[in-house]
Amino acid sequence: MRFAYTILAWLPRALMVLVAIGLLNFTLIRMAPGDPASVIAGETGASDARYIEDIRRSYGLDQPMWRQAATYLGNLATFDLGKSHRMQRDVVDIIFERVPATLFLTATALTLAIIVGTLLGIRAATRVGTWQDTLISAFAMLCYATPVFWVGLLLVLLFSVLLGLLPPFGMSGFIPKSGFAAILDTLRHLILPVITLALFYFAVYVRLGRAATLEVLGKDFVRSARAKGLSENQVLYRHVLRNSIVPVVTMAGLQTGQLIGGAVIVESVFAWPGIGRLAFDALMQRDYNLILGIFFVSSIMVVLANLITDLVVRTVDPRIGRM
Amino acid sequence: MKKLATLVATAFIGATSMAAAQDEPRHGGTLQSVLWPEPPGIMTGIYTQSSALRPTTKIFESLLTYDFNLNPHPNLASSWDISPDGLKYTFKLRENVRWHDGEPFTADDVVFTYGDYLLEVHPRARTVFERTEVSKVDDYTVTFDLKEPFAPLIRSFDLCCLIVPEHLYKGTDYRENPNNLAPIGTGPFKFDEWKRGEYIHLVRNENYWVEGQPYLDDIYYRFVPDAASRALALETGQMHLATQNDLEVLDTMRLVEMPHLDMTTKGWEWGSPIVWIEMNLRKEPFNDKRFRKAMSYALDRNFFRDVVFQGMASVATGPVHSASPFYEADVTDYSQNLDKAKVLLDEMGLTPDANGVRTTVKLLGLPYGEVWNRAAEYTRQALREIGVEVILEPSDPAGWAARTRDWDFEMTMYYLTTMGDPALGVTRTFLSDNQKQGVLFTNHAGYSNAQVDEYFRKAAVSVDENERRELYSKAQKILVDDAAVLWLVELEWPTVFNTKLKNAVTTASGPNGSFADTWLAE
Repeated sequence: MRFAYTILAWLPRALMVLVAIGLLNFTLIRMAPGDPASVIAGETGASDARYIEDIRRSYGLDQPMWRQAATYLGNLATFDLGKSHRMQRDVVDIIFERVPATLFLTATALTLAIIVGTLLGIRAATRVGTWQDTLISAFAMLCYATPVFWVGLLLVLLFSVLLGLLPPFGMSGFIPKSGFAAILDTLRHLILPVITLALFYFAVYVRLGRAATLEVLGKDFVRSARAKGLSENQVLYRHVLRNSIVPVVTMAGLQTGQLIGGAVIVESVFAWPGIGRLAFDALMQRDYNLILGIFFVSSIMVVLANLITDLVVRTVDPRIGRM
Repeated sequence: MKKLATLVATAFIGATSMAAAQDEPRHGGTLQSVLWPEPPGIMTGIYTQSSALRPTTKIFESLLTYDFNLNPHPNLASSWDISPDGLKYTFKLRENVRWHDGEPFTADDVVFTYGDYLLEVHPRARTVFERTEVSKVDDYTVTFDLKEPFAPLIRSFDLCCLIVPEHLYKGTDYRENPNNLAPIGTGPFKFDEWKRGEYIHLVRNENYWVEGQPYLDDIYYRFVPDAASRALALETGQMHLATQNDLEVLDTMRLVEMPHLDMTTKGWEWGSPIVWIEMNLRKEPFNDKRFRKAMSYALDRNFFRDVVFQGMASVATGPVHSASPFYEADVTDYSQNLDKAKVLLDEMGLTPDANGVRTTVKLLGLPYGEVWNRAAEYTRQALREIGVEVILEPSDPAGWAARTRDWDFEMTMYYLTTMGDPALGVTRTFLSDNQKQGVLFTNHAGYSNAQVDEYFRKAAVSVDENERRELYSKAQKILVDDAAVLWLVELEWPTVFNTKLKNAVTTASGPNGSFADTWLAE
């Protein structure tokens, strides 16, 4: 019942946010200098007035701006994201072609980062002040401070160039395989980009896990539990974890929203055929419909992720809904 | 005479590809090539981006090909004849050529391509072929008739102007034609698959008109967005070929040291790109010739060549590329000379203030990678020496193109293909009636000189090679003395390839050749 009420209250807010985002994106992208015609002319090394007019007309860029915006919002209402200028195909098709590759990469990396990061964070908290704590915290700090593309290139240098163990980029090898061999091949290609992306997320969960656990460990009910004679492990798993996991779940939920757009750099370094790279290319090429479509799908993801996070957190900690 | 030229050219090509031809070509093998950015499409004429050309040129062919000296050779045309007055070109076509769908290739395809299709879709081809009336004599003979002579025509049958199948395009909306997604051509390779975001795959055309060719089984063009990753792909041997600006210059220098990689700068003669800084002559102080000359004297072109472009360039002295038969070397010499520059600025009354600054100007750099950032930074440093402070304006490709075409710049740096014959690639930048705001690669600077216009106009319609040379020489002398733009270097695009790959570059189209005779050693 409470869930139903939450969702009902959330719907109108979510719709307003989506419309606002749509308009804002439209305005922002049009404020950038240049348009698809200028990109194409620049790439071809030749153009004439008629050519530019042809392109503008075929993309509907010759209409007044307010009309273009109205058309765009009207289309959004019917989930029609239009056609990509550059590829001459429906934006929806292009996006859904690329989403699986990105989700595959980001979901794996995020899951790995959450599990390993949180566990190490808790470990650091229970060994606070020892060399283990120092080591874990320092490593997390290092991961957080190192630029993602640099980590990626160094991993490639080590594992692909020097050791020749793993493929440096792409999603599948150059020799087409089938069945089980193909799955193995893709997994081998997945290792480096996943590690690169996971290291970036990982630091956040170490810090969160450590801080939350430390806070809970100092609470009265933990002392009572210990006083009851529970073993250290029982205290940890029954009393501490349930409380210290809340910030981790919240953070994970928020980052789930970024699953679609959060891997631009990693996808570029590893030539991973996903949505992040597509967004970057579309922006560079001023492919208006495509970039707006990606923004729109990403914002739906974020809004949905926030709702789900909300619901999950309430389940983990029933007190939150009643404030 | 023409025969002799062909003979000399053949001997020349023979000499350069001796190394490659030491052993017998082998059938089989898969060529892995880098391609970036991913082109929007690969239908010839509609998608003319440099990255689209590479796969396109394997699928489609033209009447002629060109050797490194830009002499024409037979391709789909087996022979040709030009009337003495330069008004009639007659081409004999090969009779055993078929489209990838099995239909025969005939004069109808040629007439449709040059008389209709290209005029509709392709701006550069339009300026050339709208001068001609193309007609069919019989199934295997076509003629091009001109109202006035246009000598560059014979050098206009390559990359831009490949032949399309009339039976699939006539009467359709060319840009929306479903064939664009899986093009049908006559070339040595057929389109197989395009996996968006990953690769384009071409396969061997079993029925190619040259007996025994092509040698390769198939070609993969793989999209690798990151420059460092592209270099790694060649280093690890996963890819065999990268060219043009696929690699950063520093990577190229590193890669050629490796035993399994080789490099050539040949194969871009067709384009002949020159790097320059264009100044907006509608604005002060650029409208004063003395200011432009002073800047030209302040720049050290040897530094551009050796340090910025790491030797992958040669010094440019004027608007015509030194590889062109119309190049004039005897022009005003702008070797670096700071004293001369300062004298010119003093004459103008631009005196240094307390900080030594005489004036401040803005430079819109080319956002195409590290090399171009350095070129802009060096320009700032060099001009500071003569008291001209430069503000660098960052942009991205779309922004650069929009500002340049709209004349919204003080100085803008870029490179442009000069196309061997000045009438095709050089004059567009300087003709006073080619100032078209909103259209890129026209006369953005606003240069206007009646004398130069006159020379260019005469040279374009003359059929006398010597007269043309003389007219272009006169024009070059004026343009260089005027410092109409600041010419910096002639770009040499490197093609880096695995030593297993043979005959990758055998014509002026280089990596944009058809690859019919390209093969991979074991």
